[in-house]
Amino acid sequence: MEELDVEPTTTNIPAGEGNHLGFVWGPGDILVYDTIYKASGAEGTCSPFIHEVRKDEDIYSPILRKLFNESHHIFVGLQTIREDLPNKNKKTQFVSISKNYRSVIRACMEELQQVAVLTQDAELATQYGNQVSILLAIELIWNLCEVLFIDAAPGGSLLLHLLDWVRLHKADVDEKAQEVLQSESPTEHHDYWDVVLSYMLQGRMDEARQMLVKWSALKPAARSMYKQMDNLLSKMPVYNPGGNQTLTEFDVKWRHWHDEVDHCLQDNSFASDPNLELICKILVGDEDALLEQKDLLSTWYHFLVTRLLFSHPTVKPTELHYYAQSCLAMFDSRSSPEPLDSILLAAFEFDIHQVIKDCSIALNNWWFVAHLTDLLDHCNLLQSHNLHFGSNLREFLLLEYASGLFTHHSLWQLAVDYFDYCPEFGRVYLEQQIEHVPLDTERKALKVLRICEQRQMSEQVRSICKIMAKRALRNNRLGSALSWSIRAKDAAFATLISERFLQDYCARGTFSDLDLIDNLGPAMLLSDRLTFLGKYREFHKLYGENRFPDAAKLLLSLMTAQIAPRSFWMTLLTDALPLLEQKEAIFSADQTHELIFCLEELTSSPMQDEDMEDKVELLRLALARNLAKAIVKEGTVEV
Amino acid sequence: MEGTNAKYVSHKISKTRWRPVSSSSLQQPDVFATGSWDNEENKISIWSIGDQVISSMEAEFEGDPQLLCESKHGGDVLDLHFLDQERIVTASSTGAVTIYHLHPNSQTISVSQRWTRAHHYPCDNAPCTGVVCKSPEIVTVGEDGRINLFRADQQTAIRTIDNADSSTIHAVTFLRTTEILTVNSIGQIKIWDFRQQSNTPSQILSQTGDRVPLHCVARHPNQQHIVATGGQDGMLCIWDARQGKAPASLMEAHTAEMWEVHFHPTNPDHLFTCSEDGSLLHWEMTSSSESTSFLQGGRNNSVLSRSAVAPAGGGQSLSAWLSGDSSKGRLETTHMLPSQTLSVNSLDVLGQCLVCGTDGEAIFVNRQVPV
Repeated sequence: MEELDVEPTTTNIPAGEGNHLGFVWGPGDILVYDTIYKASGAEGTCSPFIHEVRKDEDIYSPILRKLFNESHHIFVGLQTIREDLPNKNKKTQFVSISKNYRSVIRACMEELQQVAVLTQDAELATQYGNQVSILLAIELIWNLCEVLFIDAAPGGSLLLHLLDWVRLHKADVDEKAQEVLQSESPTEHHDYWDVVLSYMLQGRMDEARQMLVKWSALKPAARSMYKQMDNLLSKMPVYNPGGNQTLTEFDVKWRHWHDEVDHCLQDNSFASDPNLELICKILVGDEDALLEQKDLLSTWYHFLVTRLLFSHPTVKPTELHYYAQSCLAMFDSRSSPEPLDSILLAAFEFDIHQVIKDCSIALNNWWFVAHLTDLLDHCNLLQSHNLHFGSNLREFLLLEYASGLFTHHSLWQLAVDYFDYCPEFGRVYLEQQIEHVPLDTERKALKVLRICEQRQMSEQVRSICKIMAKRALRNNRLGSALSWSIRAKDAAFATLISERFLQDYCARGTFSDLDLIDNLGPAMLLSDRLTFLGKYREFHKLYGENRFPDAAKLLLSLMTAQIAPRSFWMTLLTDALPLLEQKEAIFSADQTHELIFCLEELTSSPMQDEDMEDKVELLRLALARNLAKAIVKEGTVEV
Repeated sequence: MEGTNAKYVSHKISKTRWRPVSSSSLQQPDVFATGSWDNEENKISIWSIGDQVISSMEAEFEGDPQLLCESKHGGDVLDLHFLDQERIVTASSTGAVTIYHLHPNSQTISVSQRWTRAHHYPCDNAPCTGVVCKSPEIVTVGEDGRINLFRADQQTAIRTIDNADSSTIHAVTFLRTTEILTVNSIGQIKIWDFRQQSNTPSQILSQTGDRVPLHCVARHPNQQHIVATGGQDGMLCIWDARQGKAPASLMEAHTAEMWEVHFHPTNPDHLFTCSEDGSLLHWEMTSSSESTSFLQGGRNNSVLSRSAVAPAGGGQSLSAWLSGDSSKGRLETTHMLPSQTLSVNSLDVLGQCLVCGTDGEAIFVNRQVPV
């Protein structure tokens, strides 16, 4: 057995003391129950409860349901991206899809935050709060993966993307700036310099300069010093990936600027003002000065990006891991890294599989890993990494996620599309699970049927129709039952229902559900008994319309062509009685002979019923008379 | 599609209906009701797209439906109808028919009457599949093949036709004041006249050949004998109830079950259908050129002239719908939703506003329907 990466989580079942628990696997969840077996010496009673252990609690959150539904739409869109697109177009599409996923996460997060604030229930508020922080982490990781793997920006642009990433996830600067600017004297505000520094740490030099103007306006004495600082800030080169400047040219320009800042620092140009001095130190990339701003940076990855901004703006993807490791160590050397830190570090190391693996372990839902892995797989970033169980990683995760959805009373419909895009085992999973969907109404049954029929799952189609047919039969709805078995092309069941119709007819003398039987059409051929039912009804119709010769012919053929079951022959012969008693001979001599033959065949086996014997006598008489009439008629030549 | 707003609501939507606006005013509808299905606890919800609830804070949500109130609903909401501006009738999968009262001022909703076992089998409940109202009368149909006629002010049914159908009745609509029309799961249309005491339909129409189950029906608002149906094969059928037992025209529409069909209530040259295949179609019957300009002139002018040309317009569309001449390019169809795979279960159109609900737990509202 393979070694486990983490200790499995424990779920406590409130069961009787010392009892052995039994369990049974469901399609997604597990049922756990007390057994009568006890540990030796233990006393206690058996608990009468069955516990349902759910694998994924998140799918029951009403707000996260929006995430599942919206992302389902994006997922299906991604699967149908045309294969033949040129790689460059594909990449833009993948990036935009990744952004769509992230905006859905953000929307969900905002809503959770709102309800967390509004709710009165403290426990619920905590639960919402936890979900928000999970989504925050998910979005942070996803965004980094987008920058590093999907967009895969080269040196120069890479830093710009990383700066955007940090800005997006450290947005409290703007709120603080608002607060400072709205105060009576912004420069006196205790957060004033924090805001200036925060802007700088995120590389937002223009905003930092606008803040600084306020300060200089109040300090005319320091004007020249301010001018010099403003000049440095405004001159800081920023790489423009769209421009025609090469990375080397930018590097030269940047080094030149860096030297200039360094020079100012050596000159002690800003020595008279500690704040400007600090800014200058940061500009030159002084690590100690940066580390002093831990509170403003708040995370090691912010520190990493800021450090790159002021020391290595042309960092290449392959060099990232070195800086990431050292920043993590420098920023927080005491405690061991949190799961999120390890995941981000793995991403900086371009170890995609480690990212996915760590996320699967750390997060309590499959949504994130399934969708991210799928997207990365579409970008051809996952090596064909076959697992020793199941198919590849993408399919494995999608199947896990979709199976979770399928256990949900309502979200099961989403899972179908996910199964569709799992080429190896998707269909088997769907076949297994679809039969467990409870069918409360015909409309739901029709929806499930449509899913099965579209995928040519004939086995399941039959089983669903049979369930519905049996239910209709139980409720005495023969017409509905027959419709369902016709839809399933279930001959055996159609025979059974036809029997019921015939029994009802024998008992009551009239047909029920004429609207259905009269409109069977080609469906009549599904089973022999159904054919007989349809034809027998046709006989009654002809008889009712006084088309006696046609009716007689049909009646006889039902017996001679062996369409009618032997048990029904007596009824048919009785039906022939009124025809035989007509004034005109309707059955010809030959036909009468055949009728006699049928009767004899029927009576050759012993009969118990006395009633029957009377009937047979009556029939014999009628047949004899009809034969006489027919012979006379046929022997008469009209002159 | 331009002007379409999506809102995810965390339950699958089975029905959407606009609250009627008073016929005299030309105002656009601003309140609609939705029903959910397949949830552990289903509900009926009332939404507003009006401007009065949008505070300046939420300017970004402009046009986004805002929840006014909701109420639990036992079982799936299988059908939903406004009896009048303040009362809603629902059909439940438990066989119950419920009237909800909507208090517009307090923005609350409460049950005002319920017929619990309106549809049932001898020893089980039968889902009520359809309901139609003509205040104060309510007609319901169900999987038990029964037709009930209720009055909003009476506890018991005025008329019940047991075994009206041997199979499931899927939908019902009023043809005239005393006549209703039902469609069933073996492809038949039956017309029932409540003036007659017999429990048999006065007329049966059906397709020849295949018995394709029919799921929805709509009556032309001006030409009462023109009826549109949709069924399992996604085809749109137009029938002339006065003549012929077979459909007057058949048009390919969807690739899966058509769940609803609606004529535009005031401009019946437009028709809307939605389907299990996840699409919502807008059908437009363009009449011959001269009458189009005539009609359009009428539409854009005063109310008076509009009513004056209405019969002419109706007459034009009559022949057009019945001939169903898509080959001559007279019938145009447009998709109204971005492509998606999950079923569009319901739609409603009133004025220039259209609302639809999906199994993807989304409500789409379009306030600029080109009619």
